[in-house]
Amino acid sequence: MSTPLTIADVERIAALAHLELTEEEKHVFTKQLADILSYAEQLQAIDTTGVAATAHVNAHEAERDDALRPCLPVEEALRNAPDGALEAGLFRVPRVIG
Amino acid sequence: MSDLFANARAIAGDIAAGRVSAVEICRQALDRIGRLNTSLNAFNQVTDERALDRAAEIDRLRASGSALGPLAGVPIAVKDNMCVRGMRTTASSRILDSFAPPYDATTIIKLEQAGAVIVGKTNCDEFAMGSSNENSAYGPVRNPWALDRTPGGSSGGSAAAVAASCVPLALGSDTGGSIRQPAAFCGVTGLKPTYGRVSRYGLLAFASSLDQIGPITRGVEDAALALQVLSGPDPMDSTAAHEAVPDFLAGLSREARDVRIGVPRAFVSEGVDASVLAAFDASLDVLRSTGATLVDIDLPHAKYAIPVYYLVCTAEASSNLARYDGVKYGYRSSESSQGLKTMYSKTRDEGFGAEVKRRIMLGTYVLSAGYYDAFYLKAQQVRTLLKQDYEHAFESVDVVVMPTSPIPPFKLGEKTDDPLQMYLADIFTVSVNLVGLPGISVPCGLVDAVGPGGTTRLPIGLQFVGKMFDEATILRVADAFEHATEWSRQLPPL
Repeated sequence: MSTPLTIADVERIAALAHLELTEEEKHVFTKQLADILSYAEQLQAIDTTGVAATAHVNAHEAERDDALRPCLPVEEALRNAPDGALEAGLFRVPRVIG
Repeated sequence: MSDLFANARAIAGDIAAGRVSAVEICRQALDRIGRLNTSLNAFNQVTDERALDRAAEIDRLRASGSALGPLAGVPIAVKDNMCVRGMRTTASSRILDSFAPPYDATTIIKLEQAGAVIVGKTNCDEFAMGSSNENSAYGPVRNPWALDRTPGGSSGGSAAAVAASCVPLALGSDTGGSIRQPAAFCGVTGLKPTYGRVSRYGLLAFASSLDQIGPITRGVEDAALALQVLSGPDPMDSTAAHEAVPDFLAGLSREARDVRIGVPRAFVSEGVDASVLAAFDASLDVLRSTGATLVDIDLPHAKYAIPVYYLVCTAEASSNLARYDGVKYGYRSSESSQGLKTMYSKTRDEGFGAEVKRRIMLGTYVLSAGYYDAFYLKAQQVRTLLKQDYEHAFESVDVVVMPTSPIPPFKLGEKTDDPLQMYLADIFTVSVNLVGLPGISVPCGLVDAVGPGGTTRLPIGLQFVGKMFDEATILRVADAFEHATEWSRQLPPL
């Protein structure tokens, strides 16, 4: 199995990832991602029937009391915002609907 | 009296005994950084004023007879992907160019409570994604041993700063080798603790099931001391483990009697540079002389570690980096008049560098409908097989030894056009993160190379991998190795 990757695939993935790529980036990534995915296809030859997936190596119970604790003040949370509306306590964004 | 060429433990001891002041040591560090950083580019930011204030505070504490922490007055550098309250933290990315975190990483709190003095933030690959430090928005770091070569990555600035004796101790983070490989390339010691040993709170997340913070030092003793300070559970990180923390310094005995060391010969023979193999074989002889027993082992799935790693880490990265969208912090594109969605995608295209975009794209692809089972799930299953390989090996040995990198430090620009070739050089470090094990790299040789100014010597690293939460044994073996050789005492020609 090989991984034919087209410019259209790259455009579809970029849209999913909220990346607006330049035409040059689309061409470069199409080749580079195809190379990497082809290399990764060697995994298909390994028999993993009945093998559990490992998502995390050190999972343990981590419960805490559901109690109020101090948290970041609003003005501090907004301090790094590119367009913070401090007086309203909000992050301002460009218009969402047409 | 200590200077910057002493180790952290000796500097803290001399400051505590009043043989030298913290301010004097701090000035030495700042002077040396000022003199060398133009050529090394190891620091994104030097925090002179804050550092001198903190150092003066340590001197006042001592004068008043207060108890001092184990790192009191020791100048340290912090990789620029860890939050220090109010101190610009960029992850070497344009997207965080002006970010000043409103809180401290847990590791920062612990180090400062121990008396350490932060002198600056170190350059790294953008969001810790890279093996050469060439993916930084602020330009590559140069290797102190050969300025035309990479210091390794992604914690290249931290490793270069320690190698150049700007600081005796620096923090790095290691997702697939990012502490160990630059330590190897720069001829210093780098420790990746067991996953969960050290809190990740305040570390800008790259791949959350793999990331771990650890120290880069001149020798094993300081690595043990730093790990002691950094370890322990944290209410702010549910993955920080509650495991008991032994006395790591007390475990160092300059010998490795009765330690069984596994050598994965088949894994180490393929695609390894002759100079690295020669240094590795010579190191095995040294290990025998320290009292250790060498045992041949097999890690049959280790050769698949690269594809498994790059599928898992990019999937996690694509998810983690979704937060950089120009809303809450960091850069926002000026082309945002066309609405929110355009603002997101323009901000991310302008704010991220090529390698970060490549990894977000790859991770998004392997998680997308139709490819999840074939790539991401398959990689997680092979991750299980890899874990079983190590579990099986650790039934008969205490430690596994292998080279840290299959190649010596390479030239800047040599691999930038071919990401896959860059990834393949991570073969000996990535499996350790996938399984969660602790690993340490120590210097084990110097090979000659021809550079612009004549022949230069390039460091080679040796890696020890231990059982989960058994840093004590790899530290003991690394310490025995260090004292049986001269490699950790070699300094770059600066």
